[in-house]
Amino acid sequence: MTNVPATAPRKTSLWAKHKIFETNSIILILGVLIVISIGGLVEIAPLFYLQSTIEKVKGVRPYSPLELAGRAIYVREGCYNCHSQMIRPLRDEVERYGPYSLAAESMYDKPFQWGSKRTGPDLARVGGKYSDEWQLRHLIDPRAVVPQSIMPAYPWLATTDLKYNDIAIDMKVNRLSGVPYTDEMILNAEADLRAQINPEDPGAADVERRYPKAIIRSFAGDPKRVTEADALIAYLQVLGTMVDFKLYDNKANLR
Amino acid sequence: MAATLPAPQLKITDLGAGIAFGALALLTLIIAGKTEYPGYAFHALVFAIASGWACFKVFDNATSRGPVAIAQEIDGKPNYNMGPVKFATIAAMFWGIAGFTVGLVIALQLAFPVFNFELPWISFGRLRPLHTSAVIFAFGGNVLIGTSFYVVQKTCRARLAGDISPWFVVLGYNLFIVIAGTGYLLGITQGKEYAEPEWYADLWLTVVWVAYLLVFLATVWKRKEPHIYVANWFYLGFIVTIAVLHLGNNATIPVSIFSPKSYIVWSGVQDAMFQWWYGHNAVGFFLTAGFLAIMYYFIPKRAERPVYSYRLSIIHFWALIFLYIWAGPHHLHYTALPDWAQTLGMTFSIMLWMPSWGGMINGLLTLSGAWDKLRTDPVLRMMVVSVAFYGMSTFEGPLMSIKAVNSLSHYTDWTIGHVHSGALGWVGYISFGAIYCLVPWLWNKKSLYSDRLVNWHFWISTLGIVLYITAMWVSGILQGLMWRAYTPLGFLEYSFIETVAAMKPFYVIRALGGGLFLAGALIMAYNLWMTVRGAPEAREAGLGDALPATR
Repeated sequence: MTNVPATAPRKTSLWAKHKIFETNSIILILGVLIVISIGGLVEIAPLFYLQSTIEKVKGVRPYSPLELAGRAIYVREGCYNCHSQMIRPLRDEVERYGPYSLAAESMYDKPFQWGSKRTGPDLARVGGKYSDEWQLRHLIDPRAVVPQSIMPAYPWLATTDLKYNDIAIDMKVNRLSGVPYTDEMILNAEADLRAQINPEDPGAADVERRYPKAIIRSFAGDPKRVTEADALIAYLQVLGTMVDFKLYDNKANLR
Repeated sequence: MAATLPAPQLKITDLGAGIAFGALALLTLIIAGKTEYPGYAFHALVFAIASGWACFKVFDNATSRGPVAIAQEIDGKPNYNMGPVKFATIAAMFWGIAGFTVGLVIALQLAFPVFNFELPWISFGRLRPLHTSAVIFAFGGNVLIGTSFYVVQKTCRARLAGDISPWFVVLGYNLFIVIAGTGYLLGITQGKEYAEPEWYADLWLTVVWVAYLLVFLATVWKRKEPHIYVANWFYLGFIVTIAVLHLGNNATIPVSIFSPKSYIVWSGVQDAMFQWWYGHNAVGFFLTAGFLAIMYYFIPKRAERPVYSYRLSIIHFWALIFLYIWAGPHHLHYTALPDWAQTLGMTFSIMLWMPSWGGMINGLLTLSGAWDKLRTDPVLRMMVVSVAFYGMSTFEGPLMSIKAVNSLSHYTDWTIGHVHSGALGWVGYISFGAIYCLVPWLWNKKSLYSDRLVNWHFWISTLGIVLYITAMWVSGILQGLMWRAYTPLGFLEYSFIETVAAMKPFYVIRALGGGLFLAGALIMAYNLWMTVRGAPEAREAGLGDALPATR
């Protein structure tokens, strides 16, 4: 088998120069590495420096411990397989879901949950759209509230106690890669988590101070028992509510 | 003679491997005992059993092998190591059928939600990653590892490098599959599409993948030919790039060694860009470059014709790997990703059309002078139709990457249809073709048990694919149009749930298409089983060895 083309006109032809890759595996690998690095570097590296991708917008805060735990349930159940969290700046989407999503609104999302498919509706601004009772009912039996829904039922969420003894470490790991949790937040993580579902809890005021505009109420009905449904609904109810769009200046980043 | 020399009973490499496996078994046993997450404890136990077994096997082999090393050549012919290839071929068939079955189940769940059975382990959100991972990484991955180990040996005329390492690669990779798949069912996931396995599975895959690269490279180094055959460029490009993508998109910090959970260091928009840089190139390098290597070996081999154009294959290779990497942002059109990045992604996606079709032409025209074989050889027909599907979906892809088109198609079933024309048509058929070639070669049979059954497989699954993708075109475009429909008074015409209800007939048709595709694969499995069971017959001299010269 010979790989030199029979029709090659001269030894010095450009095609003949390709021999160096074909006869030397290390040079071939280096060539591949260089060629595949260019696109990635050009597209990814600037995102860590550009104003529009790193701007801080007033109102966006790290998730409270309960919301963070709820987000983990959202990820665990694979909600992102059917629900996006990214409203595009298109007329019908803004009218259907609300103001288009800003980069800053997912700046503390690890991983991002923008999704790629809308088998169900976008959830980027679902917070506050439905009552807690509706959300709970819908999770337990979607077709009880939306007869044509094809969403799976999640009855176990309301009956399973939330496991949160690791929540402080979760927050520490988030802080390691840029989420601004303070020592105070981490120290009080478990207490804050319990207090957020119980407005009577003496720590409830501190939760609101540490996590401005956090919703403090019993999401799944029992303020003494934290279930997975409490956490998930707390997360759903905060989605898209942090930024006040009456105050947001969408021209600020134009140059 | 070497055989008369007393060789050491236990080589230093065996000792090292044995100790490493032993240590891993011990570590995972401790984790299994200490963790408070049952799913993670189960995984640790699986690791402990697997590495304990590996440890025993390494020492057992080393001591029972005797003083003679395995011959590199017998009678001047390479002593090929086909055990790992056979294993990967069987595993591919097994995972393929498992993955198609799960696909059928989730298709039914979308049409009839009662199929979720209100059980956590099999609800759609957990099964869908199981389906995608089973078909891409379990089926596709085993096809790639199996064929690459076959092709690299044949084209280099050398035995696979290492004795333990090729087995470590195939077994280790399949262990990764088991850990990843059972993890999804237990709710252990990173929540990143096509990169769902958690940190410890990722870590394990990294080790396996490095071993894969080394085995492949070390075999290439033993080659008798000065030139590395074109299929091996594509295999190398695939192995190296997947390693880079895997590391970039899985840069996570575990919560603790006793917890299955981790958090990615990237967040929000940067994480999105990393994800689709990875996600689109899982398509570009795993599902394209790797399978193009299969095309460049198996089609010339089966058609007994040289690759159409050597120069085209050079352009194809470099243009494809250069352009593909840029295409990721087309998954993020109109999102919070900066506009310039989206435009770059779109531009490069359109340019990508050219090398894709260059490769398709190179594959199809390899049949010049052998087109008549399409009538007589159903296996070759399957591979040629696969290349045609490749051409179709690499035309559809650039079309969908145009922002105006994408504003309609994104988030809809059109994307799902597009993926499946590539996955079922291109990846599925080229894999089936390669396996149909490989099984008689590997098990030393003259031919397949039945060509008629291959024909049945081909037509049943083609009908399935056509039903699948046409249903998804209609449902995707319909839903996209319904979302943006306005009444004459300027209100949105449809509520979201109305657009969901409209999908139902197409979801039923899609499930039917998937069922047909699965039926075809079952016919294939039966055919292969009967082939392997059949009486061994000497193959025609040299078949499977020599490769037609490249033009």
